[in-house]
Amino acid sequence: MASSFRRSINPEAVSGLALISPTFLYALVLLAAPIAAVILLSFWTQDYLELHRTFTLANYVKAWTEPVYQALMIRSVKISLLVTAFTVLIGFPIAYYIAFIVPPRRKPIWLFLITIPFWTSYLVRIFLWKVILGYNGVINGSLIGIGLIEEPLKFILYNQGAVVLTLCHAWLPFAILPIYVALDKIDRSLLEAAEDLGDSPFRRFIRITLPLAMPGIMAATIIVFIPTIGDYVTPRLVGGPNGLMIANMIEVQFKKANNAPLGAALALSAMFIVTVISLIFLWANRKYLRANQ
Amino acid sequence: MSETVNPTLPIIRTVAVDKSFGSVEALRSVSLEIEQGKFFTLVGPSGCGKTTLLRVMAGFEQPTRGQVFIDGKSMEGVPANKRPTNMVFQSYAVFPHMNVGENIAYGLRSKKTPADRIATLVAEALEMVGLAGYQNRPSHALSGGQRQRVALARALVLKPKVLLLDEPLSALDKKLREQMQSELRNLQRNVGITFVLVTHDQEEALTMSDQIAVIFGGEIAQVASPEILYRRPNSREVADFVGVMNFLNVSVLSEHGTRRRVEVEGLGIVEIEEDQAPRGLVGDIVAGVRPEQFTILFEDRASADRCCSGTVTEIQYFGDMTYYAAKLEGCDKTVTISMRNTAGRRTLGPGDKADIGWRSESVLILS
Ligand SMILES: Nc1ncnc2c1ncn2[C@@H]1O[C@H](COP(=O)(O)OP(=O)(O)O)[C@@H](O)[C@H]1O
Ligand SMILES: [Mg+2]
Repeated sequence: MASSFRRSINPEAVSGLALISPTFLYALVLLAAPIAAVILLSFWTQDYLELHRTFTLANYVKAWTEPVYQALMIRSVKISLLVTAFTVLIGFPIAYYIAFIVPPRRKPIWLFLITIPFWTSYLVRIFLWKVILGYNGVINGSLIGIGLIEEPLKFILYNQGAVVLTLCHAWLPFAILPIYVALDKIDRSLLEAAEDLGDSPFRRFIRITLPLAMPGIMAATIIVFIPTIGDYVTPRLVGGPNGLMIANMIEVQFKKANNAPLGAALALSAMFIVTVISLIFLWANRKYLRANQ
Repeated sequence: MSETVNPTLPIIRTVAVDKSFGSVEALRSVSLEIEQGKFFTLVGPSGCGKTTLLRVMAGFEQPTRGQVFIDGKSMEGVPANKRPTNMVFQSYAVFPHMNVGENIAYGLRSKKTPADRIATLVAEALEMVGLAGYQNRPSHALSGGQRQRVALARALVLKPKVLLLDEPLSALDKKLREQMQSELRNLQRNVGITFVLVTHDQEEALTMSDQIAVIFGGEIAQVASPEILYRRPNSREVADFVGVMNFLNVSVLSEHGTRRRVEVEGLGIVEIEEDQAPRGLVGDIVAGVRPEQFTILFEDRASADRCCSGTVTEIQYFGDMTYYAAKLEGCDKTVTISMRNTAGRRTLGPGDKADIGWRSESVLILS
């Protein structure tokens, strides 16, 4: 038995395992273990200082039925979807411009320019938006300066719009880059062939460019959608009371409200919703590609 | 579309076409007439502007100066998708997100052909290129040769007036390339559509074409049938590019009208008839003799009317042929001689003396 087991593991597999094991351990400790802990926690009950370790679904029932959590969850999904839609819609033309119109030798410069926002910390960028949108901010200052308004506008900061705007700015490069890669990879002779076979530029875009760019668009969608739904810094700083998202509530449950089990249930519910929506994206993509054939 | 072709007009006519890319002059004053229904080949070394000329015809490049007429109509301002030409790209450009059937139906869909008609036409086109029943094959599961057939069928199914092919065979291995050469040739005869083929391979041009245009540095050097091109190249450059040519120094002794009496290095005095020199010969001249026009004489001396001797310096054995390099007696020149290895014929080795036979009509005068 033992010898046959040893024979069944070939040396390549062994060295492969040895190579990935540090990373694997790292991922296990820092990712799988906390998730396992959160899963366990979500089925327990916090009673002031005591943690009752009896299995219960009460946290989930609360998370899915209480209006405040429902509202936050819906709002988070809505904001994430809006941010995803805007970044992909704005990112696509930019990526298209760099891929098809910028001459090849200037492309590196353009890609470099796109990454410039990453040079400053996320937090600093959010504060910059506060400065721009604030009561005494750049926009209000300018509008008053040119005499268009007398009183500073209050509706531009501390609401969901400000959250969407700030998140879009932060995530736009992440949308542009994968779309750019997909577009740049398209063999130019495919586009010429489509034209040669009788397509106008618009039809060619619909029949060739878009389907071939779809993997990039999909990557952009997922890359932007998944992290934004869990963002809690931006809503805290520019969202105001009506701009808070589910992650802010999870933070509150873990800290101030001292109800980690409920926080865990909320976190896992959010994870579940993100997974379902991402799967819907993938399914729609597959359906689109098949219909396009 | 092809029914409306006017047979008296050349199907494609380019008039003094120039094309520059910045400071690079890719085409210089190219004037060509391509006859309807012919297999026409553009041949020249890489970078000479063949692809550019094809793309000017297809509408992917606009000429800097000059005009292109297709079937008598000026193509100025006519975009590629409105021209009665279709192209087979060098990379084949088979759409990766579509299967074979959809690739071939692509242009028909563009023209809003009814679905049942598309199905029939696609099946016919696949049959024509020897891929019957491949409709549902995904395009990534095709070999190089099959991709090329798909690209061909996709263009031919639209029945263009002219099919443009950019080095369609250069990516295939030798055996498949030779097979495709004859298939393409037969296909062209069967469909009767004018083919304009681009290749850098002069042998391919000779075997496939009705008419060949040789291009050097963006300019047309000669337009002729394969036989004329090989037997009567109009310049030293063309003679050197098409096939193998031995060049020997020559001096003119006398000229009587169109006949010349010349002295060729290593060969002696030769009478040159009118058709052995291109018209309007100017500048430095040189004599040219093809390798197969020399014969190494073993016993059969009858076929040659002139004879000289030399020493074999090198041999290259090709199975059916043997190529000799022989240094001619009385001069410093080495010539290439090709001999068919017919039954019972000996081969010589380096160092052997050889009697070399030739005929005076085999000598060309070029500049
Ligand atoms: N789009 C382009 N931009 C700049 N130069 C080009 C372009 N296309 C072709 N050329 C130049 O024009 C010349 C002819 O090119 P091409 O027609 O592709 O040659 P061939 O097909 O005979 O090898 C070359 O010197 C090439 O570098
Ligand atoms: Mg080329």
